[in-house]
Amino acid sequence: MAKYLLLKHYRGGPKQMPNAERPMDEWTPQEVTDHIAFMDRMEDDLRERGEWVAGAALSPEGAFVRYDGEGRPPVTDGPFAETKDLIAGWMMIDVDTLEQAQEKAAYLSSAPGPGGLPLQEWIEVRPFLGNPPTVTE
Amino acid sequence: MTASGTASDASGAPGDPDDLLRTLGPQVLAVLVRRGVEFAAAEDAVQEALFEAVQRWPEGRPDDPKGWLVTVAWRKHLDVLRSEAARRRRELIDHAEPPAGPAETGDDTLLLLFLCCHRDLTPSSAVALTLRAVGGLTTRQIAEAYLVPEATMAQRISRAKRTVAAQGVQGPGDLGRVLRVLYLIFNEGYGGDVDLAAEAIRLTRQLAAGTQDPEVAGLLALMLLHHARRASRFTPDGALVPLAEQDRSRWDTVRIAEGIGILQQALAQDRVGEFQAQAAIAALHADARRAEETDWTQILGWYDELLALTDSPVVALNRVVALGEADGPLAGLRALAAVPVDVPRRTAVAAHLHERAGEAHTAREEYLEAARLAASAAERDHLTRQAARLRDA
Repeated sequence: MAKYLLLKHYRGGPKQMPNAERPMDEWTPQEVTDHIAFMDRMEDDLRERGEWVAGAALSPEGAFVRYDGEGRPPVTDGPFAETKDLIAGWMMIDVDTLEQAQEKAAYLSSAPGPGGLPLQEWIEVRPFLGNPPTVTE
Repeated sequence: MTASGTASDASGAPGDPDDLLRTLGPQVLAVLVRRGVEFAAAEDAVQEALFEAVQRWPEGRPDDPKGWLVTVAWRKHLDVLRSEAARRRRELIDHAEPPAGPAETGDDTLLLLFLCCHRDLTPSSAVALTLRAVGGLTTRQIAEAYLVPEATMAQRISRAKRTVAAQGVQGPGDLGRVLRVLYLIFNEGYGGDVDLAAEAIRLTRQLAAGTQDPEVAGLLALMLLHHARRASRFTPDGALVPLAEQDRSRWDTVRIAEGIGILQQALAQDRVGEFQAQAAIAALHADARRAEETDWTQILGWYDELLALTDSPVVALNRVVALGEADGPLAGLRALAAVPVDVPRRTAVAAHLHERAGEAHTAREEYLEAARLAASAAERDHLTRQAARLRDA
């Protein structure tokens, strides 16, 4: 009964475990297929359990944009330097507790990578700010 | 007990045909479940009966709409049994006329409520199933209220039904669990076109009509007292208004009077529980015409009682607030030291007490920290404004 955002990062976050360090274009085709199949199964499972809200994969192409004053074109910064954080994709789930959200994130992090071994990439878990509660004033 | 009369209060008095069907659907479902029909099958039969009612009733509504629906639903169920039997055995079973209507009322709804709040269901599943089966809301309405896709809510409900069906109908359920589920629904407030607080009140009224338990009355009183103040709790653009600053002329005095009446009857039974104690605190707030007239000493007494009943750190924190008002901010700060640091809103309470104690700088830092920890956007914005207010202090 609380919504959480599970964020997959290309970069950013704590230092990755060895398996997650290797870029996906260095994997074998079968390893890529297995990884994607795992993600699809996880999504199906979340839907079947009534916990899925939304999700998407994001292109690595992106830029920061900002307002630069009346009548002037927006300022952009990008494509990103290696040091900048980058979101690869996200899932929004609706579960009863933070512990459950963290279990889902850990499961997502267990997706197979090179050699069929768990990727162990870091998944960021962020609670949504919910409705104002009524109980305490 | 009486309904307080406004249309949005969902008092359970059926008006137009849609309301009537929505009210009767769950009651008919309850009858079938009571008769031993498996949950999902019962719901299918009720849906078909409701569909038939929508088609036929415009020509002339039956004298006993519920009896009619029970009869039709029961017949639909037998039809399914017959056709399944026919498929299996290639022969028809004997014609069995449905037993004639009118069926028992209160107890059936209670049975359904207990079933929907089954111990094997997660809180969110119990909430969804209760709103669907007892509240008669559509899956779309429930999905909108909880801001999830309709397919997600449909899955949640059908999983819950399967869980309940696997367990079957058992004896009396856990009343405490039912009350917690109803309170969860109440606290979700509103989203979409359904007012869940009003819906929770409607369901709690049904429960209260069928049981003398003082905690049920306590929960109903608590909901009415909170609901009575809802219009003043937020500005039109959604900003939070603290209790002391609320426009008390906007409190709904009819609901307050009803809530206090119900609470007094419950307290007279002399079996105080958590919800009665919370309602007593809400009643004392509702009783004060101006914030300065709040009887903090009595409120503190009820928090002591509540703490003895629950031993909850959240209650301990609320007690600190009351103590700070009754005995001053320094007494509050001393008591706050004993509250665990990870209790939600602890930092916000510390900020409030430090500000009242004249320590504006500390208060500002704590408001900022509390804003960072806030669980809702309205609360975060309120705390950020509090910090901003103390910027030049």
